[in-house]
Amino acid sequence: MHPAPSVILFTVLSGLGFGVLAVLGLGALPLAGWAAAFAWGLGYALAVGGLGASTFHLGNPQRAWRAFSQWRTSWLSREAWASVAALLVLAPTAMSDVFGWGLPRILGGLGAALAALAVLCTGMIYAQLRTVPRWNHWITPALFLAFAALGGAIVTVRLPWALGLCAILAGLLVAAFQRGDGAFAARGATLGSATGLDRLGAPAVFELPHSGPNYLTREMIFVVGRRHAAKLRVLAVVLACLLPAAILAALPAPVAAVLATAVHLAGAFAARWLFFAEAEHVVGLYYGRR
Amino acid sequence: MTALPETTARKLGLVIDLDTCVGCQACVTACKGWNDQGYGVPLSDQDPYGADPSGVFLNRVHAYQMQPPEGASVVVNFPRSCLHCEVAPCVTVCPTGASFKRAEDGIVLVNEDACIGCGLCAWACPYGAREMDAAAGVMKKCTLCVDRIYNDNLAPEDRLPACVRTCPTGARHFGDLSDPGSAVSRLVAEREGYALMPEMETKPVNRYLPPRRKGAAGVAPLVPLVDVQATGLAGWLDRMLGKI
Ligand code: SF4
Ligand code: SF4
Ligand code: SF4
Repeated sequence: MHPAPSVILFTVLSGLGFGVLAVLGLGALPLAGWAAAFAWGLGYALAVGGLGASTFHLGNPQRAWRAFSQWRTSWLSREAWASVAALLVLAPTAMSDVFGWGLPRILGGLGAALAALAVLCTGMIYAQLRTVPRWNHWITPALFLAFAALGGAIVTVRLPWALGLCAILAGLLVAAFQRGDGAFAARGATLGSATGLDRLGAPAVFELPHSGPNYLTREMIFVVGRRHAAKLRVLAVVLACLLPAAILAALPAPVAAVLATAVHLAGAFAARWLFFAEAEHVVGLYYGRR
Repeated sequence: MTALPETTARKLGLVIDLDTCVGCQACVTACKGWNDQGYGVPLSDQDPYGADPSGVFLNRVHAYQMQPPEGASVVVNFPRSCLHCEVAPCVTVCPTGASFKRAEDGIVLVNEDACIGCGLCAWACPYGAREMDAAAGVMKKCTLCVDRIYNDNLAPEDRLPACVRTCPTGARHFGDLSDPGSAVSRLVAEREGYALMPEMETKPVNRYLPPRRKGAAGVAPLVPLVDVQATGLAGWLDRMLGKI
């Protein structure tokens, strides 16, 4: 699949934003006044900025409101609802923290749950696709949730949690890489099943229907750039999980927060780029390349 | 609505005969020609006469070579368009309700006024049947020529999909696949028509008829002609020139 920068930016930033908002909503980082305003502002900026970036890849963003209509069937629609609901439900808690109203924490807890739901929906958009066997597994939403939770814990330097989540995310990433490599073959789709010609012999591509690229080949058949995948995988695990854990354990909180977040984000971008670049769509079979 | 209908009254679709298709691309052109001025926005092209042309097509014809266990290898021309699936994943993923499947005849369509161009439906389709229009930013797909098959302004013989009407070898058939007595259903039964990628669980309506098994290729009738000996004046010239 084509790793579109707007989608990578959106999923990474909004995931991180919802992670931060969930930590704050749960009251895991007791802050007040300006400090609270800064932390909540950061969470909101990331989440809203990410959602804004997501509209860049739409053909008709002015109709984006229509995406709220199909929540009964569509994960993308559910994502829209959960995101907006989380942002709205968390707002009173944010104000309460900043201005010291002392609202009950239960509302913040509900907002945190909605933020988790929004991230889960993002993961399900990909996980639901049978056409992309590498994504079509529970490990996909688990990865999205782990990224958001770890990002939130790193930014707010919640220490035992951040270290534990580093280990969990590293494990999930490695597991996803390993499972993903065999997923396409396990799904059983081949040029033979795609054309039905397997009942007569072994088909191979003779001639393509068009000499140039088209929407399908640009969007779903991404073959360049997988050359460095092995190196990037290592880089993703080290930068997203291992190095931030070491930084958090070794350095004092304010320095660690900035440094660990920067390193973690670099790793998250690498991991998300791979998430798309390594994903193969079955339509590639018709073109003889995945 | 992106919820799929429980059942559809009819299952209109295409039956494509891989034995007779000669890969002439006439259906590709007819489809583009009709749908450029029919349902929804035109099928735009980008840089059509330049160095890097690209554009939207609702029907594309591939060619595959195949080596059966015995006999000569064959080339199979393979048209690929929307299969109007019964369990259409392209419909259920759509966040706006723009993609829908009609309860009356099973045709899968896009309401372009509601489409935001997110592209998720194209990701969900295993068959590459959907292409985004780069000019209008909306999703295009085969409409089963819904604006022909019910069109009273056309002569009765033209109330067929453009690709079916134009095919010079009659390789494309249109009809109701829910009716076991229909011509297309009988064709499918006779020729063991099949669905594509059953492992995707989309339950396509369209069917493909496999190429017939051919015997071993005989000696081509042109072979003796290659060794023709010239006679008469031409023969004399041939011999003379050969000596020089
Ligand atoms: S062929 Fe693709 S676009 Fe057509 S109904 Fe099936 S899944 Fe949808
Ligand atoms: S591109 Fe249009 S039709 Fe396809 S899922 Fe998005 S809104 Fe629906
Ligand atoms: S039925 Fe119409 S829209 Fe569909 S492939 Fe044929 S000509 Fe194109």
